[in-house]
Amino acid sequence: MGQTFAEKILAKKAGVKKTQPGEIVEVAPDVALSHDNTAAIYEIFKRMGGESVFDPGVHAIFLDHAAPAPTTKHAENHHLIRQFVQDQSIPHFYDVGRGICHQVLVEEGLALPGELVLGSDSHTPHAGVMGAFAAGIGRSEMASIWALGNLWLRVPETMKIIVKGQLMEGVTSKDLALHVIGDLGSDGALYMSVEWHGDGVEALSLAERAVLPNMTAEMGAKNSYLPPDQVVFDYLNQRAKRSYEPILPDPDAQYAMVKEYKSAEIEPLIACPHTVDNVKPLSEIAGTHVDQAFLGTCTNGRLEDLAMAAEVLSGRQLAKGTRMIVIPASSEVYKEALLAGYIEVFLSAGAIVESPGCGPCMGNHMGVPAVGEVTISSANRNFRGRMGTKDSEIYLANPKVVAASAVAGEIIHPKDLQ
Amino acid sequence: MNANFVIKGRVWKYSDNVNTDVIFPGKYTYTVSDPAEMPQYALADLDPNFAEQVQPFDIIVAGTNWGCGSSREQAVTCLKESGLGAIVAKSFARIYYRNCLNAALPALISPDAVDAIQDGEIIEINLQRGEIHCAAGTFTFPPLPEMVMKIFDAGGLIPYTHQRLKTQKEGQKKG
Repeated sequence: MGQTFAEKILAKKAGVKKTQPGEIVEVAPDVALSHDNTAAIYEIFKRMGGESVFDPGVHAIFLDHAAPAPTTKHAENHHLIRQFVQDQSIPHFYDVGRGICHQVLVEEGLALPGELVLGSDSHTPHAGVMGAFAAGIGRSEMASIWALGNLWLRVPETMKIIVKGQLMEGVTSKDLALHVIGDLGSDGALYMSVEWHGDGVEALSLAERAVLPNMTAEMGAKNSYLPPDQVVFDYLNQRAKRSYEPILPDPDAQYAMVKEYKSAEIEPLIACPHTVDNVKPLSEIAGTHVDQAFLGTCTNGRLEDLAMAAEVLSGRQLAKGTRMIVIPASSEVYKEALLAGYIEVFLSAGAIVESPGCGPCMGNHMGVPAVGEVTISSANRNFRGRMGTKDSEIYLANPKVVAASAVAGEIIHPKDLQ
Repeated sequence: MNANFVIKGRVWKYSDNVNTDVIFPGKYTYTVSDPAEMPQYALADLDPNFAEQVQPFDIIVAGTNWGCGSSREQAVTCLKESGLGAIVAKSFARIYYRNCLNAALPALISPDAVDAIQDGEIIEINLQRGEIHCAAGTFTFPPLPEMVMKIFDAGGLIPYTHQRLKTQKEGQKKG
């Protein structure tokens, strides 16, 4: 009997022939991702008796959650992390301004096919877009990896999602992700490994594909994986930090669950307050007033996302009384957007363009809403209080809908813009 | 704690999809950092009686997806510090489940037991046998893996790593 991707990679990393769901294995990650929480993890590491980290080369550390620092307290935290990075001679460190950890990990060629990525961030599964096994863990667990180089993992059951056919005009992979989450619910893939298959996935660009594993965390998955293909290998050609061996699931692997979706049946969707699985067709929500539009985040802050928004905003102005915040996911995206002329389009339309990072996504800074305000966002989470105050509402949508809604001052389908 | 440990206590029963924001509200995550101070905020936005009345070895019995939402470890620490003996649920959010086991707080999955157990009754859990004894009868759960029992025996992941690190360093000195 064949094995799923999760069973195969965890067997390889544990040095055994086969693993089965439910089994516990001890494995050493190839990448240990942490961000602004690195200083807090260091405190736990010291409590464990740690002095030098087990392997500085596996660390990938990013300052992105509140970057550049909004307060002295945040700045002190960054200062401690820079000191730690220097003291421990950690090679893969990305300071404020470089961008969001999940995006930069991919750009820097550190998210590699067939590798194991563990991160102290719940959206770590994002790296599965490159064919890695990537899962989120707690801070104490990360400290234990720093100390010992390994961690226990439970081999998960696997859900296979097959997507058939191409998306319709005006529909993006964000809508596909929301469609699946709306169908399966916020615990639909609880503790499971998710594999994305089918011509509907293969047809997507790398930027569009990334939305799928990024958002799988919102249905409780442990990791999310797309089989790496030529698109991935070409992208890594000049970027991969080391050689890698892709791992593919066996054709006769046993799946705990198989779900099939047809791209052509998917329409633009909105995740309504206050849960990501509260998904409704855009047509039902159209007309809802918005105070702020937010384009950015690890979910939809890449060049293609900015291109989609720029196409909508070109030659148009934001509605009076509606703000728009644009945050490129990385400095690389920012530069490319500048060269492509998108930044000029955003500024001409009246939008604000800010430095790469997580921005207001989890309420830290750079454009949090007021009490009673409504935000339409390209992010992945809309929990009550996520952007700062529990008395505001967040609607999640694709980048075109976010941009169009900023122009209309209300949630609107881009084709209905004047 | 060892593998023979039997946990006996009063049941606090809750429903499905209880998230980490109501177990340990986000507004306290940066203002309360001492574990000893956390129990007073446990379940603050779900059941105000809990923090006042919980006794050592009491047991939470919950529906599906207990602990969904953020990865904050305080949502486990506040319960562990309050003396809670175990959580029995139909299912757990993944990171919450891992945080429980790493804090040496038994997180046990038994959907049938959850349906049968009543709020307020006294139940008994035998970790080694994988059994729950309650008024409605005896129910079973998959025993915890050996690896996890080692972490339990050490008192949690932090002391466990501390011990292993110490052993490794001593080994290096001798070698």
